[in-house]
Amino acid sequence: MAVTAHPAEPPRPDRSGGIPPAPTPAPAPAHAVETVFRIESPRLIAGVARIVRDVGIAEELAQDALVAALEQWPRTGVPDNPGAWLMTTAKRRAIDLVRRRERYARKLEEMGRDLEAAPPHVDEPAEPADPDDIDDDLLRLVFTACHPVLSAEARIALTLRLLGGLTTTEIARAMLAPESTVAQRIVRAKRTLAAKGVPFEVPYGAEREARLGSVLEVIYLIFNEGYAATAGDDWLRPSLCEDALRLARVLAGLMPKEPEVHGLAALLELQTSRAAARTGPAGEPVLLADQDRRHWNRLLIGRGFAALARAHSAARGAAGPYALQAAIAACHANATSYEDTDWPRIVALYELLAARAPSPVIELNRAVAVSMASGPAQALHLVDALVEEPSLKGYHLLPSVRGDLLLRLGRVAEAREEFERAAELTRNERERELLLGRAAGISPPGV
Amino acid sequence: MPRFLTLIRVDEKNSPEGGPSPEMGRRMGELLEEITKAGVMLDTAGLTPSAQTTQVHFKGGELSVTDGPFTEAKEVVGGYCITQCKDRAEAVEWTSRFLKTHDEHWTVTAEVREIAEG
Repeated sequence: MAVTAHPAEPPRPDRSGGIPPAPTPAPAPAHAVETVFRIESPRLIAGVARIVRDVGIAEELAQDALVAALEQWPRTGVPDNPGAWLMTTAKRRAIDLVRRRERYARKLEEMGRDLEAAPPHVDEPAEPADPDDIDDDLLRLVFTACHPVLSAEARIALTLRLLGGLTTTEIARAMLAPESTVAQRIVRAKRTLAAKGVPFEVPYGAEREARLGSVLEVIYLIFNEGYAATAGDDWLRPSLCEDALRLARVLAGLMPKEPEVHGLAALLELQTSRAAARTGPAGEPVLLADQDRRHWNRLLIGRGFAALARAHSAARGAAGPYALQAAIAACHANATSYEDTDWPRIVALYELLAARAPSPVIELNRAVAVSMASGPAQALHLVDALVEEPSLKGYHLLPSVRGDLLLRLGRVAEAREEFERAAELTRNERERELLLGRAAGISPPGV
Repeated sequence: MPRFLTLIRVDEKNSPEGGPSPEMGRRMGELLEEITKAGVMLDTAGLTPSAQTTQVHFKGGELSVTDGPFTEAKEVVGGYCITQCKDRAEAVEWTSRFLKTHDEHWTVTAEVREIAEG
């Protein structure tokens, strides 16, 4: 790789004293061009989309710029600033397209009635591009890809494709969906955005908060899809977690004043810090209580705490749901063992979270924390109140938690039934094995 | 997504007096910001001059501690960064861009090492 890394260096004076080398850098192999393109792709698409006002066309024009680079760079070498080269090429094509459209529109107008057309208005690309402009364009792309006119699945696919730089094949593999399905989903999503006339802009005013919520949710869903893979025989699909984490980091750079963006980044850094400890040697899940905390990633924990501090200092009022969840994750990160965790603080944080964003799943998590802070009997009380909750009907963690509490209370027969029920409900093979193992391994009372 | 430790080695003896030029500092700052905004940079820092090094050596069951400077060292680690990239090619590309922010009379070698996971 070292050879491909330097083709763009300016020619150096020949130190051997022979004939000076021709000022042509070494040619660029196709994979080097593709690496550059992958790095630049989200910004290219964003920059072009501002001109053509259509993310589908923007993606095509960015691809055209890649094709031009693949044709040209192997002959001329990688330009000194390859990102700017790609951006200029793509934007030129975008402006050509806009001009052609305007000429066409004018022609139509001329034919229909007297010429009354406005002069063509086109944003000329700044050279070199101002980084703040690129950031603004990227943010527009984020909000467009996560627009609520799209289904959650479409938002996820489009975000991974346009902002995560994943290919359709990679997305399909990550989402356990056929490639054709994902390709269709992306095509339809782009069409929907165009058909509904979704503007390429960052929302302001009253709409902004809800739209930001949609963006954060998409990243969170991508992360969760990888973190506790809901289906299939892998417990963890780390690549998706890392794609989500990268998106959260990018967003934190784009929206440094939004506390919940930092809250989400903090949450994902802290959750990811435990990834290596969450699976055993055979890929089986290892629960938080049993994890070897020496395998938690200190660098990510440090980053998580730093992001949480940024969330707090940016906060305009009470902490939001992501910052609260991050604070809970931080309690775990700070604890040397499951037992030594500051459970009363976690209970208090869950109470704040339940007040802020009430949900049965949060209630269930609160019950787990209560069981550690005040004992299983009080927690069982809370869990029993959730048994009739319709939204938890098929949720395997409800019987799983209930089984755990019953086991700790010595009610072994009931506990076994609950673990078996949980095993039936989970769609994840690895987790099913774990739950059946717990059901089978129940020892006589007194645990 | 693999993580990489990139060690930046510089030839201290032949480095320009007074450190990087303001122009170089500006280019480097801009690039580091770009790498961070791309969600790639996890951690980076420059190190104080190698004369302040303390070497702790273990051999044959014996520990020895020696303070710098170490005149025999040619290129020494002057800084590092930890990045998370899709693959090695991406890590090498960012590293190449970082090296290109240096003025021409610098001699710099970067070692891109993947961090073992698990």
